[in-house]
Formats: sequence, C-alpha cells, structure tokens
Amino acid sequence: MKYDLVIIGGGPAGLSAANAAWEDGCRSICIVERDRELGGILNQCIHNGFGLHYFKEELTGPEYAGRFIEMLQNTGVDVRLDAMVLEITQEKEVHIVSSAGGYEVLEAGAVVLAMGCRERTRGAIAIPGTRPAGVFTAGTAQRYLNIEGYMVGKRVVILGSGDIGLIMARRMTLEGAKVLACVEVMPYSGGLTRNIVQCLDDFDIPLYLSHTITDIQGKDRVERVVVAEVGPDRRPIPGTEMAFDCDTVLLSVGLIPENELSRGAGIQMDPRTNGPVVYENMETSMPGVFACGNVLHVHDLVDFVTAEAARAGKAAAAYSAGKQLSTDHVLDIHNGNLVGYTVPQHIHMDAWFAAVDVFFRVRAVCGESCITVTDETGAQIASFRRERMAPGEMENIKLPRVLLERAQGAITVSVEEGSK
Amino acid sequence: MYDITIVGCGIIGASLAYQLSQYDLQVLVLEKENDIAMGTTKANSAIVHAGYDPEPGTLISRLNVRGAEMMEDLCRKLDVRYKRIGSLVLAFDEKDRKHLEKLYDNGIKNGVPGIRILSGEEAREMEPHLSQQVCAALYAPSAGIIDPWGLCIAEAETAVRNGVTLKLRNGVTGLEQREDSVVVHTESGDYETRYLVNCAGGWGHEICALTGETEWEAMPSRGEYYLLDKSSGSLVNHVIFQCPTAAGKGVLVTQTVHGNLLVGPNAVPVKSPYNRETSLDGLDAVAAASRKSVDGIDLRQSIRTFAGVRAVTSESDFIIRPARACPRMLHVAGIKSPGLSAAPAIAEYAAGILADMGVTLNQKANWDGTRTQIRFKELSQQEKAKLIAKDARYGRVICRCETITEGEIVAAIHSPIPPCSIDGIKRRAGAGMGRCQGGFCGPRVLDILARELATNPLDILQDGDGTTLLIGETKGGTKA
Repeated sequence: MKYDLVIIGGGPAGLSAANAAWEDGCRSICIVERDRELGGILNQCIHNGFGLHYFKEELTGPEYAGRFIEMLQNTGVDVRLDAMVLEITQEKEVHIVSSAGGYEVLEAGAVVLAMGCRERTRGAIAIPGTRPAGVFTAGTAQRYLNIEGYMVGKRVVILGSGDIGLIMARRMTLEGAKVLACVEVMPYSGGLTRNIVQCLDDFDIPLYLSHTITDIQGKDRVERVVVAEVGPDRRPIPGTEMAFDCDTVLLSVGLIPENELSRGAGIQMDPRTNGPVVYENMETSMPGVFACGNVLHVHDLVDFVTAEAARAGKAAAAYSAGKQLSTDHVLDIHNGNLVGYTVPQHIHMDAWFAAVDVFFRVRAVCGESCITVTDETGAQIASFRRERMAPGEMENIKLPRVLLERAQGAITVSVEEGSK
Repeated sequence: MYDITIVGCGIIGASLAYQLSQYDLQVLVLEKENDIAMGTTKANSAIVHAGYDPEPGTLISRLNVRGAEMMEDLCRKLDVRYKRIGSLVLAFDEKDRKHLEKLYDNGIKNGVPGIRILSGEEAREMEPHLSQQVCAALYAPSAGIIDPWGLCIAEAETAVRNGVTLKLRNGVTGLEQREDSVVVHTESGDYETRYLVNCAGGWGHEICALTGETEWEAMPSRGEYYLLDKSSGSLVNHVIFQCPTAAGKGVLVTQTVHGNLLVGPNAVPVKSPYNRETSLDGLDAVAAASRKSVDGIDLRQSIRTFAGVRAVTSESDFIIRPARACPRMLHVAGIKSPGLSAAPAIAEYAAGILADMGVTLNQKANWDGTRTQIRFKELSQQEKAKLIAKDARYGRVICRCETITEGEIVAAIHSPIPPCSIDGIKRRAGAGMGRCQGGFCGPRVLDILARELATNPLDILQDGDGTTLLIGETKGGTKA
C-alpha cells in the first residue's frame, strides 16, 4: 500500500497535520492510530479550557478533538484505528499491525511523527518505600475516571504540580475524594497559573512547593506517605517530614515524548527535548520525516500543538509533492543563558518563509527579562521583552527572515533577567 | 492422599514440582499467595552464577555448578529466556586482585569451566564502559542471565499440565503427623500426604517451626535495585560484579534477558521476608557502588526500583535434609543466592533424597517436559502476519512499550495457572514491564482480565490479595 503521507498518531497533532496537508492538496494520506478512536489523550480531558487561542472559545478536550475529526470527515484521509506501528524503515516504509488489517507495510512519500508523550512514573523518580496498589500516574487515573468510569481512591496526595495533576486534584475532589495536598519538588509550579487557581486554590487544596514524597508505605494498598521539604539540591531536609494518611498517590512529575519509533529509524534526537531535532518546517534529520506535537517537545496548550502540527502537515505535503528543501545553507540555533531548549534547532535558509517562530522554555522563573538573539560575532540580531517567564509556560519569539539573513554563523537565544 | 506435598511455589517449589511431575506420583503444591513466583523469585538479580563464589566442598558449590550446567537445556525445553553472556568480577586494587585469585581457585576446585583472570586492559576491551580504575577481572564464560519468574511459571505450568495439583491461597498453618502420613492444615483446607517438602523460601523456618522444633534462625537480607530503560540495556555485555564481601556478592550491573539494565543489590538485614521496601539510603548506596564499576550509568533512565529478600539463615550452606522432628518432611530451605542458579540441581538432588526417604520414582510413560510460549515481538514479519490471520487478537497491541498483544494476554489468562492480577499478566506475558510501567496498558489489561474471567473490574487486583485498584464507580457510572 502506498500513500503520499503517513501520519503516525491520531491525536491533536496528527489530526491537525492531516487536515493541513489535505488543505494543501495532498490527496493520499493515512493516519495510523493505536487507539480505537481518533482524538488521542484529549478524549479523557473532559475539563474545559481548550481552544482559547485557536478557536477563541472554551471547549472541552473531546469537543476540541471533535472539531478536527469533523473537518477530517470532509476529506478523503484514510484512518487506520486500533493499529500499531512497529517500525519505520530508512526507506519510509511504515510497518503496522492491526486485528482488521493484519501485518501491513505502508510505503510513505512523507511521514509525520505525532505519537505524543507518556508520563514519568514512580520508577523514573525512584520514590522509596513499599510497592502497594494505589500509586497511579495522573493520566492513568484520569483514564480510569473519565473513560472507564471508576474511582481510584478516597484520600489522595498528588506529587508534582504538572497540569494533569492539577486537573486531577479538582476532578477527584468533584468525585468526592479528599485531596490532602499537592506536593512540588521545585520552588515553583510546573503547571499553568490558571490551573493552580481553578484546581487547587478554589478547593482549598494546599500546594507545598520545594517538597517531595520521601516514603510510600502500605502493605497492599497505599496507607501513608511521608512528605519532606527539600533543599536547593532537591534532597529532603531531615526534620521537615509530615505524614499524610491516604490511600492514593497521583504522580504528575513530567511527560516524556514517545520516540521509540523515531530512535528506531535512526532520527537524530535532542537530549534536551527528548524529541527529534527539527528544522523550521518540522522536518527531522531524516528527509521527508516530520515531527510535531508532544512527540517533538512537551506543550502546555493543545492550541500550540495544532498550529505546530499544521506546519508539519503542510511541509510534509510539500515534500511529498516533490518540493524538497536543500540543506546547503542551514542556520543553527543554540541555547544561551537560562534557555532550556529551542524548537526548531535548525533553519533551512534556502526555504521560503517570512519569519520563523522559535519556541523555547526558560530553566527558572524569570521576572522582567530580555530575550536576546545573537550571532557568532556577538552581534544582537533581535531582542524581546517579557514581564515574567516560567519553565511551565512555553515561550515563543518570531524571527523575521531579514534579521536571520544578517546573522554570521549560528544564532544563540538567551535570557537576561532585570530591566535594561 | 497425596504422595508428596510441596509447600511454596517459588523457583524451588516449582523446580521440584517439575522434576517430580515426570514420576508416577500424586504431587500437591501449596502456595500461600494468589499466584506463584511471589517471593524472592520475582525480585532478584536474575543471574545464573558460574559457581566460583561458594566454598569448595559445600552443597552450594556443587549444586550451583551443576545448576548452571543444566540451565541452558532446561530453558530451551521450557522456552524460557536465558542468555549465557559470561561474567566479570572486577578488582580495583591489590587486595581485590588477591581476592580474584581466591575466587579463581574456588572456581577451579568447583569445576567451573573456562574461567580466567584478565588484566584491566583486557577487561575493558571486552567491556568498553568499565571504569578506568579496574586493574583486573575474573572472567567466567558460563555465567548467564535468565527470566527467573518466567522459569518458575514455565516449570509450574508444565508440572500442572503433567498432573501436579497446585492450590493457591493455601498458607500452611499446621502439621499433624500420623503413622504413615502427615496432614497439612492450611487456611483453606486439610491435605493428607505421605511426604512433605518445605520449599517456603524466606518463610522456611516458619514451616520448620510447625514440627515443634527450631532448626535454624532466619536472617533475611534485603537487596534494592534500579531497573533501567532498554536504551541503557547495551551499556554492558556481561554480568559485572565487584568483589564479594561478607554481606553478599556486592552491587552488579547487568543486562537483563528483557533488554533492560539492572543495577543492584545492596544488602540490608531485615526482620521479615515481607520487607521489600526500597529506601533513599539503600538506593543511593546502589547508585554509588554501580558507578564505581561502570561509567555512564544514567539513573534518570530508571523505570522501576524494587527490593527482594534473600532467604539467608544461620546456616552457611543450603539446608536440604529431612526435618529432625518430622521424618516425612524434607527441608529444601535457606536457599539464598545462588539459589536460582542451583534450582534445577536442587530439584534433582531433593528428588534423590526423597527416594532415599522411601518415595518410589517411576517414570511416567507420557510425560511431556516441554512448553512453548508465543512472543509476538520476537516473530518474523511472515510469522506475525500468519499469527494475526489465524487469531486477530494477535493484531491488537495492548502494551505499546513491550509490544504485547491481546492474543498473548488472553493466552496467559487461560494458561494452566491462570493469573488474577495485572502483575500476574505482567509476569506471564510481559505487558506493563516497559518504560511506562503499565500507565497506558494497565486499564486495558484490567478490562481484558475482567472480560476473560467474567468478573467485575472492581475485583481485579494489582498483584497480591488486597491490592485493590479501583474503589467504585464514578458518579456518572461506567461506560457499560
């Protein structure tokens, strides 16, 4: 089976990429989705707050996904549901298995990687103690509640203040559970401010910053956790322990892009994002393979996933139509002071574009600051002011082509705190 | 009336059940948990030791070397993952080097094949990530890695298929000696048996105590581990040990048969074999010790930490002998490390003692000691296609990290020893063993378990009895 474009993943990124590619004239597209329905993780995000940027209205997750699924129904995009991609080869053959189709090899003109991400687990952060039932990642608990219809506990401590954890604090409370505390190891929250207010403050759930769970106890089911303050080295400070009697621990301690297929294909990865290294058109180191959404870097808002995936979809459509970009003139983007990563990491200077959106996260909470873009001679080619920046909120700067053309060698994005 | 009753279905009980299943005997296995392989068998280093550690002349040394010799063939027959990758014991200074010589001498006396002492350079040629501080290493090509619970389950299943009776949730509470038999009282019933074997692992002393006599002290010793993602699995190609100390064989670094990297254990005396908790200090000690051996271990790649408890006793050797106060009971107790390596040899040896005690070992005519398991991920493209065409459930991948299909999970549920928990599925089919640790597949496995067992999802357990996952329905109720 041959397709001009195979999109791996039918969540918000895959859906947006498919719609955008179709709009740009690509007429042979297949989405491969491992779940039984399209929409990805949005299907279990039944709270509102989606679409404020993209649709200028407030939607729930399923509603947001629904808009794109509806758009897709007016196209001729093929969808394989309940189908798992086992491998992407160097020749862009996508090997899939499904109950309905058996083992199939899809020959793709271009590929969009849109596999999303997974949650970090208890094992990843090595929380000591016994190993009773009742320790869930927040997303797994969300699935049990919102998709399966089951409650996972009555007295809950949440570790990590990522958005899913905050959302689940409210959700568990509304289902009658008592959320005793939300515990965050960093001195600031990893979630959106609006979620802190609407999911913790509004329900009087205390947030303990610079704290962590140092011990989980319980024979069969969680019975107790010990929470302690941490020092600047993030190690527990003896004598600060507090015990909470609870039956459930929810973990919201970070998301990891799911790049096993990308790695298997030999695509170059960025250890800072845990996603592929990409150009401004979302193309990876493997020509004709593009990446977008949470498989590329973890986003806070689905609206930005949609926009990014549309860029990937358009670029993939162009690639499969034979408009392949030269890598003769590539501008590299480096990370300077306080900048944790950037996406993209490279720019095709031979491509046509008016400006490049560069996304990044700061490594610490910054007050009034200046974002600067400099070249290898140290010359500043652009600067931007911000009132406040936080690691939990993705930043975005627009670099016009005229400025990029002035750069001598690679450019570096840096942040300086304080007003200049 | 049973001929032989085995108490405990860890690796030792299962190995013995498998061994005895080939004879014309009524064999009963009693297990206190809701599944088998629930003690030390599911939490250990998963190593087949070559046999240079134990003092020459001991039962341990003999059974270790014999077990290691039997393992490859046994694992082939039972379709259990096993890889003979060889081991290196590292020396960091002159004192360690002396110790290597002692281990080498032991190895020669114990009959360990092919061992030799390498220079630091030679060792680093074999293992590029070894620390520059390594000045010598003992190489033992016959050491290997294995799936310990896989072996236990394969042996027990094969035993059951060959007529052995297994009863779960039957913790032994008392013994009543009669003239020609023993009545075993459990939480769930009474069973009369001609002979009894104590394979209760860390709880062996408690079974012994039911005879009215204490023969040894239990001195359980806990070991904590990190299990790292498969992306770290090829950091080392051999089992990397440090020189053993009085506390144990020290922290090792090894690939696992599943492709992960395993780092640990430490050795902490604990009061109970149930104490399988990890501690901040313990994990820190493991981390520090592992870095001494191998450069570039990235513990941020950890996908799970766990602890297991060694069945150490006040006796230095394995305790394999008839009970003093109950001549119809054979102890196979105090099976600490290298118990897993020795397990098949222990079973063979124990069967011999049972014969001496009066059991008649007549070979069954129709014994089938083999077993196979479908592992979708390991099949070729053509084999995968054929399998899905035959049974579409093999086309539905449930565990995305380990590529485990619904077909494999359903096969595990309907195996000779059906699991009742999500972890029971994990041990049999491998779903949930990967980097997301069941985050994605947990709810789906729960669904399949409830469907296949025709039970309420609320009753599906994480692991042992009491490990309830779901406490009720939400206000809106379930999708059904």
